Amino acid sequence: MTAHTDTRAAYAIVGTIDDIPAQGARCVTMGETRVAVFRTADDRIFALEDRCPHRGGPLSQGIVHDGCVTCPLHNWVISLQSGRATGADDGATCTFDVRLEGRTIHLAMRAND
Amino acid sequence: MAKTRLVIVGNGMAPGRMLEHLFEAAPEAFDVTIFNAEPRVNYDRIMLSPVLSGEKTYDSIVIHGDDWYARHGVTLHKGQRVTGIDRVARTVTSDAGVSAAYDTLVIATGSDPFIIPVPGRDLPGVRAYRDLDDVEAMLAAADRGGRAVVIGGGLLGLEAAAGLRARGMDVTVLHLTPTLMDRQLDPAAGYLLEKALTARGIEIRCGADTKAILGDTRVTGVELKDGTVIDASLVVMAVGIRPNTLLARAAGLEVNRGIVVDDGMVTSDPAILSLGECAEVGGRVYGLVAPLYDMARVAADRLTGGDAAFRHSEVPTKLKVTGCDLYSVGDFADGPDREEIVLRDAARGAYRRVVLKDNRIIGAVLYGDTADGAWFNDLLKKGVDVSGMRETLIFGQAFQGGGQMDPVAAVAALPDDTEICGCNGVCKGRVVAAITEKGLTSLDDVRAHTKASASCGSCTGLVENLMSATLGDAFNANAVKSMCGCTPLGHGEVRRLIKAKGLKSIPAVMQELEWSTSGGCAKCRPALNYYLVADWPGEYEDDGQSRFINERVHANIQKDGTYSVVPRMWGGLTSAQELRAIADVVEKFDIPTVKVTGGQRIDMLGVKKEDLPAVWADLGQAGFVSGHAYAKGLRTVKTCVGSQWCRFGTQDSTGLGVKLERFLWGSWTPAKVKLAVSGCPRNCAEATCKDVGIVCVDSGYEIHYAGAAGLDIKGTEVLGLVKTEEEAIEVTAALIQMYREQGYYLERIYKWARRVGYQVVREQILEDAGKRREYYDRFVLSQTFAQSDPWSERVSGKDKHEFKPLAALQPELV
Repeated sequence: MTAHTDTRAAYAIVGTIDDIPAQGARCVTMGETRVAVFRTADDRIFALEDRCPHRGGPLSQGIVHDGCVTCPLHNWVISLQSGRATGADDGATCTFDVRLEGRTIHLAMRAND
Repeated sequence: MAKTRLVIVGNGMAPGRMLEHLFEAAPEAFDVTIFNAEPRVNYDRIMLSPVLSGEKTYDSIVIHGDDWYARHGVTLHKGQRVTGIDRVARTVTSDAGVSAAYDTLVIATGSDPFIIPVPGRDLPGVRAYRDLDDVEAMLAAADRGGRAVVIGGGLLGLEAAAGLRARGMDVTVLHLTPTLMDRQLDPAAGYLLEKALTARGIEIRCGADTKAILGDTRVTGVELKDGTVIDASLVVMAVGIRPNTLLARAAGLEVNRGIVVDDGMVTSDPAILSLGECAEVGGRVYGLVAPLYDMARVAADRLTGGDAAFRHSEVPTKLKVTGCDLYSVGDFADGPDREEIVLRDAARGAYRRVVLKDNRIIGAVLYGDTADGAWFNDLLKKGVDVSGMRETLIFGQAFQGGGQMDPVAAVAALPDDTEICGCNGVCKGRVVAAITEKGLTSLDDVRAHTKASASCGSCTGLVENLMSATLGDAFNANAVKSMCGCTPLGHGEVRRLIKAKGLKSIPAVMQELEWSTSGGCAKCRPALNYYLVADWPGEYEDDGQSRFINERVHANIQKDGTYSVVPRMWGGLTSAQELRAIADVVEKFDIPTVKVTGGQRIDMLGVKKEDLPAVWADLGQAGFVSGHAYAKGLRTVKTCVGSQWCRFGTQDSTGLGVKLERFLWGSWTPAKVKLAVSGCPRNCAEATCKDVGIVCVDSGYEIHYAGAAGLDIKGTEVLGLVKTEEEAIEVTAALIQMYREQGYYLERIYKWARRVGYQVVREQILEDAGKRREYYDRFVLSQTFAQSDPWSERVSGKDKHEFKPLAALQPELV
């Protein structure tokens, strides 16, 4: 795996979009942190810390739909874009920048503030 | 007192309804014999179109099954045509040589389809649209594909065309006059209808006069008088019916267009009544079901000594083509003494026309939005002077007397004698009374008690609104609640349309049923995935991304994100070798907790996701398959030790439990399914709170179902007693298959059974051996695709991406 820097943060190549099922997720471990990398039905890629803001459920195991993921533990719906809980629920999980170059996925090594 | 010998010629809907009234009023008074030229029991003929389009099955439109005739001691001669009536000797004789003597005879021979006398009309491939044989012939033709030509653009013809189109045929409708359904619709509404049908891919040719049907050995096309030739592999004639009066005429009864009867349905011979499409009363013959049911009521009343009389009333027409809403009632021909009010809303494709005479409504046509049909019909029937509301009349009921009403409030505001169900002549007051007096809470209860919405079903929405208005929050609108925010459709409607439209993938469902989101949500996707798995075994490819994580990785997710693994222990039995293998796995993978579950199995808790394939590989080596402890599917079959060890056990309950589990495992169901088999009525396996429970008794196996011991606690209902293990297994599998086909996703068996009715389940699974066998066979077919161990599939590499991280990064290296 190669790491490289750009102006804002260090990015790492973690795989290709084909490694993730459409409307699914795969995890990347980053030291102690687990990052869930999501692929939507229309092939957009998002990355969130793999912890639901509610009870820490593994978001990577949820159902992906319409730019959101539903947590498998208690059905909170988290926006992939913002990491925020939607609807009546309140809370957010960390987001990570992620870029697609061709089919290659570049993941920021640091969470957004 | 000797019973009256009542003989009935014909077994259609009218005499069927008459018998219902009769058995209710005087259950013991009649000894009934029926001759039926069709080789069938009584079925709902107005539902043939949904059968043709695939929205219903023949089984679901049977009104009286064989058991009904048996229960009422009726002698039914199926497939026998009556050839003669001897009015002096008071006997009838059939073509099979059977004769029967009567005190009273009822002629209900119905009508025959009219076949236009053109060359080629007898060719194979030319059908009328009248009975189930016609529907079956059309379905067979649709299987071969090609083009169907439907002659006749009336109600039946258009329903046939829509059905054949839904079955994948190219369809052309030929209609003699310039607009469709010209007997019920005015030209503007006819035009809108034509546009809507054309948009569904049905070719409409109005002003088309058929000259000949072409073909040598079977039909190949239709030639019009203008010389046009249209290819066709099927021609359906739906140009009208005429009363079948041959028998009555030969017997010397008075006959005009139909068999002449008085307003008590009595013919020119006082010992003979006639009703249905063959009868002519007040100079009119009828083809719609509402007046025929009215005749049935009158005839039954007369037979039991009453003096009811048949009165003509206008009957609304509705088209049973999904997505084409039209409603027409009364007279709307132009005339000098008539005025009309018209509303057109081109954007919505809606059209309304009300015809007035002396400030009273005499006709109404609604197209597009038909919700106000009942209200207009009510004003028409009562002859209400509408001059006070002329300005807003056309906008419908909501605009009368102030602000907009929601549909429930609108129904609440209707007077008690407003007709709700046109087919069965049920008024609002009767529905409300039944709901409040009998404590009805479901649509099916209301159907069962009042018959409202039980025939063509087009008033279902009205009945549901009426239930909401009457019960308030107590109306559990399960049947109408939408699946989720992505669609206004309820589960039942979605299941029906998946079948009707032959939808075989989640994207196809979302496209065709106009999902409002691009990819569904976590509520609808698992439900759709299940419906498709259940409805198209072997054809539909399971969508793992639409399953909850438990089913996707075949283990239960726990609160800390680890998983628990439960291997199958058939009927609760295990062995030293199995226990040793489990112990080894627990040690090898450092599994923190091992527990015996409520369903007599061993649960290993706290397994890391990445270890799952290896855990399964080891368990698989020892002969275990997945216990599906995570599944909306068959989970456990709990047992006691039964006759093998217990001093009270009457049968081998453990053995039966093992057989059941080995047969049923792997099947997906709307919600989890748990079974138990108890060896005696002491019920140590607690079978009487399970989805299906079997209690062994000396004389056999008592089958229970619809129990619950979760969020709700409910004892089982008894389905019945069977003699052998084989029967117990067949009944159980058939019951589960019926639930698989009808249940809403996440609806447990006890809720499903309450919704469809225990009596319906009993009739189909226990009393009707043929139907039971069909469910059983469909279950067996489905199992040939379902019964594969998901663990061994994962061990052999399926979905292996699930279990390994995409990458492991070390932040300090950057």
